[in-house]
Amino acid sequence: MGKIYIYKNFERFWHWSQAILIIFLAITGFEVHGSYYIFGYEASVMFHRYASYALIILIVFAIFWHITTGEWKQYVPTTKKLKEQILFYTSGMFKGEQHPTNRTELSKLNPLQRIIYLSFKLILIPITIISGILYMFHKTIDANDNVIISDMNLESIASWHTLGGFLLMAFLIVHVYMTTTGKTLTSNIKSMITGYEEDESEKNERNNIIEEKHNE
Amino acid sequence: MTKNFTLILFCIIIGLWLASFLYQPKPINLHLEKLKQKYAVKPISGIDHSQLKELQREFKSPQEVTEACIACHNQRHKEIMNSSHWNWERLSYIEGRGIARSGKRNVINNYCIGSNTNEQVCAVCHIGFGMNNDHFDFDNARNVDCMVCHDNSEEYLKGSAMAGYPDRNVNLGKVAQSVGNPKKMNCGSCHFYGGGGNNVKHGDLEDALLDCSRETDVHMAANGMDMECVACHTAENHQMKGKLYSVSSDNYNRSTCESCHGNTPHFENLINGHTAKVSCQACHIPHYSKINATKTAWKWSTSGKLENGQAIHTEDSLGNHTYMSQKGSFTWERNIQPEYMWFNGTADHYLLGDSIKEVPVILNRLFGSHDEKQSKIIPVKIHRGDQIYDKKLMRLIQPKLWSAQKGDSAYWMDFDWNKASAAGMKSLGLEYSGEYGFIETEMYWPINHMVSKKEESVGCAECHTRENGRLQNLAGFYLPGRDRNKNLDFAGSFLLFFSIAGVVIHAAARMFHAYKKNKIESEIID
Repeated sequence: MGKIYIYKNFERFWHWSQAILIIFLAITGFEVHGSYYIFGYEASVMFHRYASYALIILIVFAIFWHITTGEWKQYVPTTKKLKEQILFYTSGMFKGEQHPTNRTELSKLNPLQRIIYLSFKLILIPITIISGILYMFHKTIDANDNVIISDMNLESIASWHTLGGFLLMAFLIVHVYMTTTGKTLTSNIKSMITGYEEDESEKNERNNIIEEKHNE
Repeated sequence: MTKNFTLILFCIIIGLWLASFLYQPKPINLHLEKLKQKYAVKPISGIDHSQLKELQREFKSPQEVTEACIACHNQRHKEIMNSSHWNWERLSYIEGRGIARSGKRNVINNYCIGSNTNEQVCAVCHIGFGMNNDHFDFDNARNVDCMVCHDNSEEYLKGSAMAGYPDRNVNLGKVAQSVGNPKKMNCGSCHFYGGGGNNVKHGDLEDALLDCSRETDVHMAANGMDMECVACHTAENHQMKGKLYSVSSDNYNRSTCESCHGNTPHFENLINGHTAKVSCQACHIPHYSKINATKTAWKWSTSGKLENGQAIHTEDSLGNHTYMSQKGSFTWERNIQPEYMWFNGTADHYLLGDSIKEVPVILNRLFGSHDEKQSKIIPVKIHRGDQIYDKKLMRLIQPKLWSAQKGDSAYWMDFDWNKASAAGMKSLGLEYSGEYGFIETEMYWPINHMVSKKEESVGCAECHTRENGRLQNLAGFYLPGRDRNKNLDFAGSFLLFFSIAGVVIHAAARMFHAYKKNKIESEIID
């Protein structure tokens, strides 16, 4: 049984930093939104701002990494085996069926993941970050120390940003849960930490052989 | 292993290096230091009036002093006679009204109501001599009272109900020789005691400011900058900078915080951004009436209760009147959190003769809204009360209140509202129907003084909070932390609930199937 190296150093660094930042931004963001009290409004605003700078820098690096390494190809959506993947999560896995797709270095995402993660990157993150930047620069100070207020309506900017926050949190809940659907409950998280994954194709082949023998 | 160790060390170094950017020791505010230095040096007069021969004599009347002043300052009286301090009114453009004169001569308030027919007593705060009725000659320079503003001997005192003449015991020669720039007490002798007592009207101007600490007012504090009123309220040709919208209307020649402190006085630009919509006062005057109480409500409708034909009064524990037969009942408050309004610097007033269109009657409407570029949120003292009005003609009544003797129609002597109203309105040339009642009125007093230490300014969460914030009642704009799109919040919460529920159900189904499978397998093994 071999191990394959799936998640690169930068990829893991990016994933976990982004996870921590998004969770922290959600905690502080919903405090600014007025949902609860944790750090106090003033501290939350400050933390939220610094964390947002960090996230933006991180995402700029991540975009660069995706482009230069060609990893963006992993996210090209496909309908091939999409139905099987959905069926697996909704019924197959209860019956003890195997994952319909195998994770390999060249294709580490299943068709469902491809669609979801691509929308995450192209819709969810841009909505939240662009509305966040508009929010941040709603009031600016010009060279003559005059405060300039953007013509955009603050309420709609804030609403888009809040929408992004809610969608990201829903994504987080489901995403974290889905990590438990690997071979064991923690195997997916482990490979996201170490970068290595047990070679499923090899194992599957072995399983198939065993099954065939049983059938005989 | 060595590779990992190097990587960790590298990360720590980079982390510390980045953290050093975030850490900034609090820098000194050089701009503020400069201002402090500038105002630490108090102006010294270029002339000692006590050495002038013209003033080393006895003055038989205050007019003689004025003549002596004009003998040298032979144009200044013209400036004074062109000022609102003298004219008790200003000409200004008022939205919805056009060009109009407004001021103490024709506005009405909800304290002692108005000066008309009561000039003899109200003129204690007029910078002139002999205003005892509505025939005062505003063109007679001899009646200009130079001393009330320029006395530096603290000897000068206007007599009570003496039409603006000084008290008979005042040594006019001593006063004339002491003159100089106005001190706190000169301004305060009128502006602290408006409404008939200390701090009655403004709430942020009172005699405690003569000797206060930085907690009360950072600018005027004896242990602080010890600034005089005229340090900010400077004058160009006797036209004072600054005005109060209880009587003023226009957005012109105002005395502002920004004129010294600039538009962006904070280090943090997030806070500087607030200055576009929030006045300095809104955050830096968290409370007013910090030392002595101010009147917040005055109900004239309860006046007139007599015991054995005699006027009565009651007091609260601080010695403030809570009831007077002549005036009705009062509410006093101390250390008050202001109310907040949008204000663009212009106002309209209820002018004598206007018809009543709303209840409570707004005696001075402050214009402004969030959508106007020049509007800002300002702190306001709202004085609520009720006062006499003509039920039939639907307008407020200027009653005759004061007289030296009974039988002169004055309410404070005769306690007859009908006679007082008839006499008051007649003097204005306005009709009185003979039917009076009491109607609720409101008056807005922008709060500008009693600036607190910066540590005590209003905190973010006092406004940016869901409930019971300072700006709770201010509508028409989106305030982060207070406002939210309720539908979006509902949908978002539902989405999160749905996600959690979906995950839980899915997990339960997995566990159930795993249990079933185990059971079957164990049965097979058995």
